[in-house]
Amino acid sequence: MTDLISTVIAKYNYWIYITLMMIGLYAMIAKNNLVKKIVGMNIFQTAIILFYVSIGVKKGATIPILEHGHGPDAHHVVHAVDYINPLPHVLMLTAIVVGVATLGVALALAIRIYNNYNTLEEDEILAQIREK
Amino acid sequence: MNEQYPALLVVVPLLSALVVSIAGWVNKRLCFPVAVAALGMAAWSAVGLLLRVLDEGVIVYKLGGWSPPMGIAYYIDYLNGLVLPVVSIVALLNLIANKKGIEQQFPDKIGPFYTLYLLMVTGLLGIVVTGDAFNLYVLLEIAALTGYGLLAMGEERAPLATLNYLYMGTIGACFYLLGVGYLYIVTGSLNMVDIARLLPPLYQSNTVLAAFIICMVGVWLKMAFFPLHAWLPNAYTYANSAASSLIAPLVTKVMVYVMIRLMLTIFTTEFVFTTLALSDAVVWLAVIAIVMGAVLALAERNLKKMLTYIVVAEVGYMVGGAWLGNRDGMTGAILHIVNDALMTLCVFMVVGNIVYKVKGYAFEDLKGLFRKMPFTMGALVVGAMSIIGVPPTCGFFSKWYLIVGAISSGHYCFMAALIFSSLVSVVLFFRVFEICFYEPFSNHHGHDNHPGGMDEAPVSMVVPLLVVAVILILVGLYTGDIVNHVIQFAIPEAMV
Amino acid sequence: MNMETIISIKPLLAILVSLLVVPILVLSGKRPNVREACTFLAAGVKFLIILSMVPVILNGTQIVYTIAEVIPGVAIKLRVDAFGMLFALVSSSLWIVTSAYSIGYMRGLKEHSQTRYFCFFALALSATIGVAFSANLLTLYLFYEMLSFATYPLVTHHQDHEARSSGRKYLLYIVGTSIGFVLPAMLISYSLAGTLDFSSQGFLAGTGSKPLIGLLCFMFLFGFAKAAIMPFHSWLPAAMVAPTPVSALLHAVAVVKVGVFCVARVLTGVFGTDLLFSLNLNVPIIYIASFTIMAGSLIALSQDNLKRLLAFSTIAQLSYIVLGIALLSPKGMTGGMLHIAMHAFGKITLFFCAGAIFVATGKKNISEMIGIGRRMPVTIAAFFIGSLSIIGMPPCGGFISKWYLVLGTLEAHQMPILFVLLTSSLLNAAYFMPFVYKAFFCRPEDSMFENKVQEAPAFCVVPLVITATISVILLFYPQPFLRLARMMVQSITGV
Repeated sequence: MTDLISTVIAKYNYWIYITLMMIGLYAMIAKNNLVKKIVGMNIFQTAIILFYVSIGVKKGATIPILEHGHGPDAHHVVHAVDYINPLPHVLMLTAIVVGVATLGVALALAIRIYNNYNTLEEDEILAQIREK
Repeated sequence: MNEQYPALLVVVPLLSALVVSIAGWVNKRLCFPVAVAALGMAAWSAVGLLLRVLDEGVIVYKLGGWSPPMGIAYYIDYLNGLVLPVVSIVALLNLIANKKGIEQQFPDKIGPFYTLYLLMVTGLLGIVVTGDAFNLYVLLEIAALTGYGLLAMGEERAPLATLNYLYMGTIGACFYLLGVGYLYIVTGSLNMVDIARLLPPLYQSNTVLAAFIICMVGVWLKMAFFPLHAWLPNAYTYANSAASSLIAPLVTKVMVYVMIRLMLTIFTTEFVFTTLALSDAVVWLAVIAIVMGAVLALAERNLKKMLTYIVVAEVGYMVGGAWLGNRDGMTGAILHIVNDALMTLCVFMVVGNIVYKVKGYAFEDLKGLFRKMPFTMGALVVGAMSIIGVPPTCGFFSKWYLIVGAISSGHYCFMAALIFSSLVSVVLFFRVFEICFYEPFSNHHGHDNHPGGMDEAPVSMVVPLLVVAVILILVGLYTGDIVNHVIQFAIPEAMV
Repeated sequence: MNMETIISIKPLLAILVSLLVVPILVLSGKRPNVREACTFLAAGVKFLIILSMVPVILNGTQIVYTIAEVIPGVAIKLRVDAFGMLFALVSSSLWIVTSAYSIGYMRGLKEHSQTRYFCFFALALSATIGVAFSANLLTLYLFYEMLSFATYPLVTHHQDHEARSSGRKYLLYIVGTSIGFVLPAMLISYSLAGTLDFSSQGFLAGTGSKPLIGLLCFMFLFGFAKAAIMPFHSWLPAAMVAPTPVSALLHAVAVVKVGVFCVARVLTGVFGTDLLFSLNLNVPIIYIASFTIMAGSLIALSQDNLKRLLAFSTIAQLSYIVLGIALLSPKGMTGGMLHIAMHAFGKITLFFCAGAIFVATGKKNISEMIGIGRRMPVTIAAFFIGSLSIIGMPPCGGFISKWYLVLGTLEAHQMPILFVLLTSSLLNAAYFMPFVYKAFFCRPEDSMFENKVQEAPAFCVVPLVITATISVILLFYPQPFLRLARMMVQSITGV
């Protein structure tokens, strides 16, 4: 039991992301309102982005900009331990863009649906479809 | 020039999407020729690439000259060398065939439609050509987002169906991304070949296992593998015909390609079939997918929706074949990517023609179509034969390999499921043919009293359709060559 | 036994002739005379191509042609041997006659969609010749399925409710069994042996366990449901809703004979006589066939609809062929193969007569045909000759094949089967002769026909006279068919 607690605490940030993911997933499955579902989807995506950001983090490291990258003494050895890994963060820039685009498309679709049915509650929409 | 084929393949449709969106403001008539030229160029490059691969073997193309693992590399081997021409040719033929349909349905949205169409093809081609796991995610989302846009342009129910697809698609892509994240943690690389090189010592690690399973679930969601298929039938049914006949043949097949790429290149067969003991379970899932797809298709009284369930069943064919764990099964799965893309295209284009003329695709709209639209229905017959699996159409031969694979690995249930699905397909299609052939019934025995003559779709829609129908038979007859010269090399030698 | 083989495109041409004529038929749909001239031309050319191969085959040479190597070890490949040649000769020669008959019948009844009818007829013939010339199981299956689908629009030609339900039954039996049984059996055979090429001693010997081989054998036997072996026979009476020429050529000659041809090919070319003998598989087949013979004949007795009677008679006669092959004795096999030809000429005559009666009077039931012999003497005389051939009485060709079958049962020491053969001949006589008797011999006042009823048009009558004449000639000159059958049996058994 103590083992479990210590592992949870040692990687508490990952557990938070998993909780976030589950919250997002729950909203997507259980919520009736389409916009709430979309919000859930966005939380889900954000959890994964945070996960990636955590991968790159190191304790005590700094941003990966070489202070003396230029000039005469540019060719010294870089201590990789001193810098955080920039790659996951760079990747997440792209993922954030993708997330925003997805959100945009989803909201646009929600607007179309609202125009068609005058509601965003899924059960009401389905009832309308069944009536036809 | 032919050194740059891999880049042209993606860049040309991408840039022309931009051109088309501008052209849409200037003069709508410019959009179509630009789009055709772009996809023609892409198809040309894809075929050129396949020929080069046949000639020289695997091609590595470094984007912008950055060498992997720093830069993004495109790897073209026998596997995607085969899939690329299929994707580009299917997209091109469908584009040409649907010119009239698009003009009829969205006279004021021609520019945006072609832009989305080109971007979608860019995404799909990119997925197939890329050798970078994260790059694949981005392209996956490009293809998906444009796909949502295309599918939502349809009937009244289209936006809601698409939104459901969007939820599922996003979860699927996120799962894939999460899996790639795990892989990155253990290997520190995103390049597929690089990952494959670094992974073997880590095969026993739980992280690798988790990465594989999460990626697989993500990909299965995106390809609508039963029971993760719920989004597909509605999304494809209520969309406009140009979009559904692009997306139905390509998206699921490209996702199957991604799955096979994950299995063969990134994780290698040794891990998938030896370290993991999942094979039996997945084949059983595939069996259920095939049977359920067939049964659910039987319940439909609507041609297009029936076809979408057939797509679900066909996904089961490919997943099952790939997971049989032997060479014949994998050959069947890869061959079926090609064949199923073509035959799904054929039947969905038929639906496009019918919708263009009859404005409907429910069974009661189909009465008397053999008389009205003989060429379209002829193509439907060929497509149906291929889906049923009647030689010499191509569908028979992939089924052949799948069944032989099933027999040699002892999965007789998979063989039974394939045969069952063939039998159900006979029922499905002949039910449609009956309606098209008999109704309206003749009043009394035999004599000619059918009203109305031929009322066929425009030539520009019929000719591409007939081309596809002929390709179905030609691919069938050249199966031997495709397998011996391409697919054989796509499967690692370790797999027997 | 090594046969000499030569490579020639002729078998492919023989198949393609009727395939390539289809577009021409479609284009000339508006001009019936051109269309039917094309059909004749194609039928004639096809027959000549096949005829031109006969001397080569009789010399003991085989003709092969590979169309495409589709799967490693399995190609779409044609091979002409004596048995295939026998079948191809029968069906291609009868296509010419049937074409003439079709013209008379279809025009006489002013049927609709005649172009479609002639197109699918041509397609069906392509597939039939394809089956006859198949070199391996895959090619056989390909043409078998092509034939199933090409005949569907012919069976359901009338496009009414009855046609639809018959069409369903037809597909259910024919396609259901071929996909459900033949396809898996073929693939299992391929997995076992790695090849599908027919060889004179079969390719399955020594590959699988006994029960598996037995299972495969029955999957093939029932999978080729076109052979109408009970319990997979009831599509054939249902298919009689088709126009009579279709029933005549397809359901007395092409389609059903394709079924028994496939069964015979698979028994000899896939399993081989030695394997069947060693596993004693031929005995159950013999008994199934005997049962079908007896049951078919008995059901035929109770039929009033003339075409349904003929259908049940066909079911019984087809099992003679299966029986002959399954006897595995040289004489029996010769008889079985010969019966393909003899029964074809006899039964097609009977169907032509039924159609001619329908064209002339509109009657389908035997009970409504009393006294018809007085009005249509030629037709009924031909019917008499045809039924003699089916019963197996001289002076008709059917006598020879039955004679060989009887000798075969003696050779194979199957006395009960001899009894079956003789009883069924009696039953044949029992269901044919009353009709002929009632047609000719009745009091004038009982006759159901006015004086104005006449023979059907010449296009209908001439073909049935020709086939009846050939049935008689075959007794005195069975040489071409007999020699081909004997050659085939020799290559299988070495005797």
